[in-house]
Amino acid sequence: MAVLGDEDRRAAEAIMARYPDGRARSAVLPLLYLMQSVEGSVTQDGLREVAELLGIRTAEVEAVASFYTMLRLRPTGTHVISVCTNLSCALRGAGDVFDAALEATGVEHGQETSTDGAFTIHEEECLGACDAAPVAQIDFANHDRVTPERMAELVEAVRSGEVPEPSRGRAPKDFRHASRVLAGVPGGSGSERVSASGSPPGAGVPGGSGSERVSASGSPPGDGAEEPA
Amino acid sequence: MSDATPRIVTANWGNADVFGIDGYTAAGGYEGLRAALAMSPADLIDVVKASGLRGRGGAGFPTGVKWSFVPQDTGKPTYVVANFDESEPGTFSNREIVEREPHRFLEGVAIASYAVQSHQAFVYCRGEFLWPGQILEGAIRDAYTKGVFGESVLGSGYALDLVLHRGAGAYICGEETALLSSLEGFRGQPRLRPPFPAVEGLYASPTVINNVETLANVPSIVTRGAGWFAGIGTEKSPGTKIFSVSGKVERPGNYELPMGTPLRTVLEAAGGMLAGGALKAWTPGGSSTPMLTAEHLDVGLDFESVAAAGSLLGTGAIIVMDQTDCIVEAARRLVQFYAHESCGKCTPCREGTWWVSRVLGRIEQGYGREEDLPLLDELGRNILFKAFCALADGAVSPIQSSLKYFRQEYETHIAERRCPFTGRGPGAAAEPETEMTEVPA
Repeated sequence: MAVLGDEDRRAAEAIMARYPDGRARSAVLPLLYLMQSVEGSVTQDGLREVAELLGIRTAEVEAVASFYTMLRLRPTGTHVISVCTNLSCALRGAGDVFDAALEATGVEHGQETSTDGAFTIHEEECLGACDAAPVAQIDFANHDRVTPERMAELVEAVRSGEVPEPSRGRAPKDFRHASRVLAGVPGGSGSERVSASGSPPGAGVPGGSGSERVSASGSPPGDGAEEPA
Repeated sequence: MSDATPRIVTANWGNADVFGIDGYTAAGGYEGLRAALAMSPADLIDVVKASGLRGRGGAGFPTGVKWSFVPQDTGKPTYVVANFDESEPGTFSNREIVEREPHRFLEGVAIASYAVQSHQAFVYCRGEFLWPGQILEGAIRDAYTKGVFGESVLGSGYALDLVLHRGAGAYICGEETALLSSLEGFRGQPRLRPPFPAVEGLYASPTVINNVETLANVPSIVTRGAGWFAGIGTEKSPGTKIFSVSGKVERPGNYELPMGTPLRTVLEAAGGMLAGGALKAWTPGGSSTPMLTAEHLDVGLDFESVAAAGSLLGTGAIIVMDQTDCIVEAARRLVQFYAHESCGKCTPCREGTWWVSRVLGRIEQGYGREEDLPLLDELGRNILFKAFCALADGAVSPIQSSLKYFRQEYETHIAERRCPFTGRGPGAAAEPETEMTEVPA
């Protein structure tokens, strides 16, 4: 069965056309993200379809897909929660945040996805936001300085269908939507809202730290969390 | 801002308007590109060479020299790739550059591309940076609209295209040859050098790969001159560095200070130690650089001074630990990271990092053995410089440096059969044959 419908097929062709002539293989990661956005993970069908689009073997595509942690070759929750437990976050209590994520989502020790299929928990290796430690992402949208209590609240909010406002930017509504953003599908990313003269949405001050660099005017007004495009 | 504390890359961070292209242009943005386009590429490269700018991604290679290595007579296209895979634990300067002033970075990409006469540039953005990637998509689109990219850059007749490419979760893709493999659509595994990317990089064509912070320095070098830049910092490490300070300080964050600024001053900028704690250990440049201690408070943070102190400036990512933090746990977490991120190509790295993380884990949990310390020494020696790329060497840094400065703490864990900080472990009174019930990850 074809994974991509007609519209997505055109998106796939546009993705391949970004790269120089004869270099369409460079599109393998965005194409895999596109399959993931349709199926919620990368399935055998998805691998086969990427191979067909690129004119290479399915095994070659799988070899690539299996290398990267953000491409999920196993059944995956509707939402993926990543909790950084590397040193900078660990020094600020990330271990307890990780345990809180497991407890709140009901993911059992040694498992990664909750039995109800709602959540996958990923122990992350540094999210590049150590000024806001401990950091977690919900469907790749950042939440700064998360406490165990805050993690429980976030999980509860997601469970009730909310999209919690991230510390910066806009949150995708779920893992599939995040995968669509990552594929760079035109019109699918919400980046159109980043206007030429606009200020960054969200709280705006990454980490909110460093008095020297955050001047009186350093906190741009946010336009809040909008519904993703 | 006085000359004593010059800021280059972060100079406009107090002005929220520079996030968009209009605000950036109003603040003098894209003047550097305009000036660059009026120069010959060779003269432009000479300016960057004369500035002494060195790569901010960790290796510190002179940027202008790197550009000058690109041959112009191969008949192949030349590519520029901006490395925005920022994933060295503790490092977060590139992310904030893009989140606050994306066009400064894009201007640097355009200037670098013109210098090496490339007509196709790429940004390799790590996948986890979902929002920074969205910012760049919007900023690139705006830059095309304003003629920064396209068939005639700022009306000069020079053509340049820029494509955003997202990674998918792999630390190793920050290594430049692994990044190229990934961008070509393969597993992100490093390649042998030579040939160096300048000669055979992306699609076996001449390629320049620069870090985001490096590129973000370039517009100011062009507008203000090589001499101005070379006058900041130290003679061999000119300019400023954005220090990413995290861990046990009052105000974690990015602080741009001249190269050579002592750690003491950087810590003061970050508000000092958290809750008045005592500095115990710190990394000068991320998890792959050997830890230093409170003895090194006055080490200047530039490439030469940090090397003289036995470590590396790396990315300038300063992770701060205080007297309540367990060094064995810190080393275990860092080595576990490398075990997870090893691409699997080389045995010493793939197997060695895994075994070391297991040994560190059992010491941490009170199940260490006397012979474990010599074993760690030996494992470290058998990983260091024995693998294809620097990931393995990075994994050895926390092992060897923690044993060098904190061997006593390891011995205490083993003798007391528990962690002196958390109290976890069977304790000295337990039966000698007590075994671990839970195997560390």
